[in-house]
Amino acid sequence: MPFDIYNFTSFTQWIDSSLHNAMSPFWTALTEMVIIGVLVLMFYAVVGLFLVYAERKVCAFMQNRLGPNRVGPFGIFQTIADLVKLLFVELIPIKNADGFLFNLAPFIVIIAGFMAIAAIPFANGLHAIDMNIGVLYVIAVSSMGVIGVLLAGWSSNNKYSLIGAMRSGAQIISYELSVGLALITIVILAGSMQLSVIVEAQRDGWFIFKGHIPAFIAFIIFLISSTAETNRGPFDLAEAESELTAGYHTEYSGIKFAFFFLAEYMNMFIVASIAATIFLGGWMPFHVGPWVGFNHIMDFIPPFVWYIGKTFFVIFLMMWFKWTFPRLRIDQLLTLEWKYLLPINLVNVLIMAFLVLMGWHF
Amino acid sequence: MEEKVKNITTEEQQEYVINMGPQHPSTHGVLRLVVSLKGETVKSVQPHIGYIHRGIEKMCESITYPQVIHLTDRMDYLSAHINNEAVCLAVEKALEVEISDRIKVIRTLMSELTRIQSHQLWWASFGMDLGGLTCFFYGLRDREKILDIFEETCGSRMIVSYNCPGGVMYDLHPDFAKKVKEFIRYFRKILPEYNQLLTGNVIFHERSKGIGNLSLEDAISFGITGPSGRASGFSCDVRKHEPYSAYDRVTFKEILYTQGDTYHRYVARIEEMWESMNIIEQLIDNIPEGPFAVKMKPVIKLPEGEYYQRVETARGELGVYVISDGNKNPYRVKFRSPNFVNLSVLNHIAKGFKIADLVAIGGSLDLVIPDIDR
Repeated sequence: MPFDIYNFTSFTQWIDSSLHNAMSPFWTALTEMVIIGVLVLMFYAVVGLFLVYAERKVCAFMQNRLGPNRVGPFGIFQTIADLVKLLFVELIPIKNADGFLFNLAPFIVIIAGFMAIAAIPFANGLHAIDMNIGVLYVIAVSSMGVIGVLLAGWSSNNKYSLIGAMRSGAQIISYELSVGLALITIVILAGSMQLSVIVEAQRDGWFIFKGHIPAFIAFIIFLISSTAETNRGPFDLAEAESELTAGYHTEYSGIKFAFFFLAEYMNMFIVASIAATIFLGGWMPFHVGPWVGFNHIMDFIPPFVWYIGKTFFVIFLMMWFKWTFPRLRIDQLLTLEWKYLLPINLVNVLIMAFLVLMGWHF
Repeated sequence: MEEKVKNITTEEQQEYVINMGPQHPSTHGVLRLVVSLKGETVKSVQPHIGYIHRGIEKMCESITYPQVIHLTDRMDYLSAHINNEAVCLAVEKALEVEISDRIKVIRTLMSELTRIQSHQLWWASFGMDLGGLTCFFYGLRDREKILDIFEETCGSRMIVSYNCPGGVMYDLHPDFAKKVKEFIRYFRKILPEYNQLLTGNVIFHERSKGIGNLSLEDAISFGITGPSGRASGFSCDVRKHEPYSAYDRVTFKEILYTQGDTYHRYVARIEEMWESMNIIEQLIDNIPEGPFAVKMKPVIKLPEGEYYQRVETARGELGVYVISDGNKNPYRVKFRSPNFVNLSVLNHIAKGFKIADLVAIGGSLDLVIPDIDR
């Protein structure tokens, strides 16, 4: 197989075995954790900064503007300049705020993002941990962020923040169902919850093509509900700036605000990469059945590039509708979930189960 | 103190009172709304005004009539030209000056351009109130073209002060007609784009239809004028009922709807932009020749008496009531500002809706805060 040159399994196993030879199992595990932690941290920062820049450029072009274009070529260092500024901004202490929870909240939001990254396969053999319940783990971990949001709203002693946090709580808990069911649809098709197995099953065709219409419906529902879950427009009710000034992070300043800000973009990256992994074949290249030459050319593009390309395609979709649509109201948001998405989703799961039972999928 | 605490009922205790403003993104200025909520539902809205009160009416008593015009710019800064015109018309009415057709046509053209740019800015900010941030840039991009036309002729972009008693300050710029025609051609293509972006959107329909309903009876009893009143079926267009300047020689439709909800207040304004373009197109090709101002006395003294002139600004009916004691200063000036009156209905129509709807309703009333406080 041509893309075996891009297989990272032997590389990671070589690191693991050479570390084992050098020290005891305990220290090996610890060293590996530190290496992975540092790498994930760097990845997190780079992707976060790049996404902020990308969003500013995309929204600028949708709004007839140029966007950042002063700091560095095409303004690529603008977000770094902003981050440096945020580092030096005074952290304003809030009177009568619950100090401990107030400081804890941004970390919970960030940690939820970190933990979700661990399970995502970036390329063949390139993932921190490959659990047999990967999908379940990702769903569980990504919904932890809502605790941070709720704490932030509750502890800042601000009425706007509290409304924003309550909205966010209602929203994320409701849309969690749709995200879960949309993923379950594909889990039925793949027959496994292990993310690497799901990717491997898409070698001869991505699930969005293999799974007939139910997979496509699941993809659309996943796109809508994951946008809602990450609190992005048109579902950004938690921070609706025209109603609640900045929602749950109204009172945060400086680097604590930057944490929330980065976490929003990281959550977007995580849901986009889950969408890419589950529906669009993860790091698998694009193959068209009998075109051998075409398939070979596609194989020579590294899997990491495929993965990033698909993820950014989904991110672009999310940015596209954020900058086009007006915001929903809270009751309409919940109506959309409980009266439309959830029933459609349940029926969709049944149809998919039926298709798999009859063996009618490709 | 003790008794006061006891008198608070449990109902009131459960209310969640938030302050919207004076610094808030969606009050469009320094308006303070004290909103009582139950959950997310609005129980009552209490507007607190006066944060930008400059005492314009009192200041008018110590300055001359031509100077008053420059103060009126600062009331409703988006309809600056129309405000100027109201004072000029009142002064001309008092002095019984006959002004030439050219002046009338110039004023009408400028008023309609002002109306379009005001509605453009309203559309931009209304879209933003609903969370569609892209609208803001589209609206401002097109408004810039009108401001450029103003800049060429009036020397100023927003606070034009182009009128003076007896005419206008300067003649039209030679390129004026060409530029305006260019703009109309451009904007006729762009306005459907506005509809594609916002009006046709399902989320927008959900957010605006059936929200903040104002019945015809309430519109009349509250005195709601302008597009907000006309969306409820209140035929209140001063341009139609009491034509001033050149409005008697053009044909245009008075936009009337009966539903009176946020959506129809929105559509009424979009339709008004089309009508304004029709009015401009009727006049732009045949601007009569003649002087651009009637020669007036250096010191203007109004004969003793009371004078009233009303005009249709972009937000409703502006009335200028002048009492003169024969001096060069007015004895008393009273402005009937449309925004002050329109604000009074906010509590009535926003009650029972969600807080997000309050923002939409406030946006659809198109409030300009300096006009409320004066």
